[in-house]
Amino acid sequence: MTAVPIGWFLILGSLLFSIGALGVLIRRNVIIIFMSIELMLNAVNFVFVAFARQLHSLDGQVMVFFVMTVAAAEAAVGLAIIISVFRNRETVNADEFNLLRW
Amino acid sequence: MLYRMINPPEISWIAILPVLLLSATAMLTMVADLWTDGPDREGLGWIGLVGLMATAIAAVALWNTKLTSFAGAVVVDRYGLFFTLLFCVAAGLTLLMSMSYLEQTDIRTGDYYSLILFSTVGMVVMATAADLIVVFLGLEVMSIAAYALAGIWRSQVRSNEAALKYFLLGAFATGFLLFGIALLYGVAGTTTLTGIAQTASGATAEQRTLLIAGMALMIVGFGFKVAAVPFHAWAPDVYEGAPTSVTALMAVGVKSAAFAAFARIFMHTLAVMSPDWSAVLWVLAVLTMTVGNVTALLQRNIKRMLAYSSIAHAGYLLVGMVAGGELGGSAILFYLLAYTLMTLGAFSVVIALGRRGQPNENLEDYAGAGFRSPFLGMAMSIFMLSLAGIPPFGGFVGKFYIFSAAVKSGYIGLTVIGVMNSLISVYYYVGVLVRMYMTDGGVEITQPSSRPYLFATLVVAVAGTIALGLFPSTLFEVARQSFLALG
Repeated sequence: MTAVPIGWFLILGSLLFSIGALGVLIRRNVIIIFMSIELMLNAVNFVFVAFARQLHSLDGQVMVFFVMTVAAAEAAVGLAIIISVFRNRETVNADEFNLLRW
Repeated sequence: MLYRMINPPEISWIAILPVLLLSATAMLTMVADLWTDGPDREGLGWIGLVGLMATAIAAVALWNTKLTSFAGAVVVDRYGLFFTLLFCVAAGLTLLMSMSYLEQTDIRTGDYYSLILFSTVGMVVMATAADLIVVFLGLEVMSIAAYALAGIWRSQVRSNEAALKYFLLGAFATGFLLFGIALLYGVAGTTTLTGIAQTASGATAEQRTLLIAGMALMIVGFGFKVAAVPFHAWAPDVYEGAPTSVTALMAVGVKSAAFAAFARIFMHTLAVMSPDWSAVLWVLAVLTMTVGNVTALLQRNIKRMLAYSSIAHAGYLLVGMVAGGELGGSAILFYLLAYTLMTLGAFSVVIALGRRGQPNENLEDYAGAGFRSPFLGMAMSIFMLSLAGIPPFGGFVGKFYIFSAAVKSGYIGLTVIGVMNSLISVYYYVGVLVRMYMTDGGVEITQPSSRPYLFATLVVAVAGTIALGLFPSTLFEVARQSFLALG
């Protein structure tokens, strides 16, 4: 069995991260923007796990648990905010949130 | 016999006493909320104030110690304690002003007070973190509470929008910060700051490349949190839309906490890499000061103007980071203290001039206000002159320390740009005073707020701003000792 070099993991992680970041910048539906952010966080998780395996250290894997937990808390608050916006505005399109100049 | 294999880490409960007390208070307000009623639940504010007082006392009691806890993941040194005290002052004043402000709003939940306290817990954790995992946790505890706070005035569309923008861009920034942490972990094999510092001091060329990439991503993440240009776009919108007391906490507490971790990681842990990051921060500092001040000139809404002013102040603080060393670090701590008092003061004046259903947030509304309410006029003059950096107030001394640190480190060009920016800022700060004292008209404010809390906030902020200006050497010595505790 040949080991995959760490560089490949980094490239894949960066690629996923960039897709997420691009999604945040390009997409206009708030829910999709939020999903893109989650993709960025998971790309980071992937990099953490890859490093943890390469370094034979558990710290990276522990960090992933923290990131997942925090992302769940963030999702709860974020979705609540999106719902409260939707109640008042009846839209989740980022371009229509123009009351404050974006 | 599996249980024998688990070695629990050494936990020093004394070291985390301040943060324990603060968390307990936050939970207590949540529970006490069940037994309180009435429109705005002032009592919860009092519980919070007592808890913050206890936290501050615990922090002062620990002043002469340097303890670590959780296997070195948390370090309670003077640097952390200085910030703990700063956050106690900031949160305490925010609670005081909220107890008056909430009667202008439709915020009728006790959660408001708990969220402010939980956000403060996050700030304290960030300031005492010695491990990147803990930095991240503190940041998120602080930010998630702040997202909810920004949108807590649920019936107001502006508050909703502010929360949404803050949440999306805050989470986006967290992604960058985390990627930076991941790269630093990959290089050092550990997330503790001491481990990273060791790796950085003996880094090979390959390690340096990854370290620099990690630092760049962390600068983006922290840049968002401190609202440095070009990562500042969210700040004016969020500051304008959020309830004013929450804006005050974000402008002061969130920014200071981000700077606490930013400065600890870059000026201490990654100090050996400073040739690599200081050039980037130089550019950020210049952009932040210039864009902040020039855009503030154009603002018609006082909260938006203060938002750009807070961006500009982040620029001055970045100058302190670029200057580096003992002087730069101590200047940052001193400046944050002065900035906290004067900014909180300015936001309390904004609250004091607002009324239910009539926020009076446009600069036109301030016409003649200086004569109608002489005390508010005087307080606002002090805060504006202090923010502009005019002696003898705290803001002047803070700027003086920052710029003299920059000159000592040889950044003459940066200092010249900073001072020129300071001059630009005089125009819009004094513009507020011109409105208050030299123009007629404006909105007749019906009746003054019935509660003494705002008055108390203003008295503390005025006294602090003047004291920092008149007796700076004692506090600068405290700031210096706090910064030296890092080494």
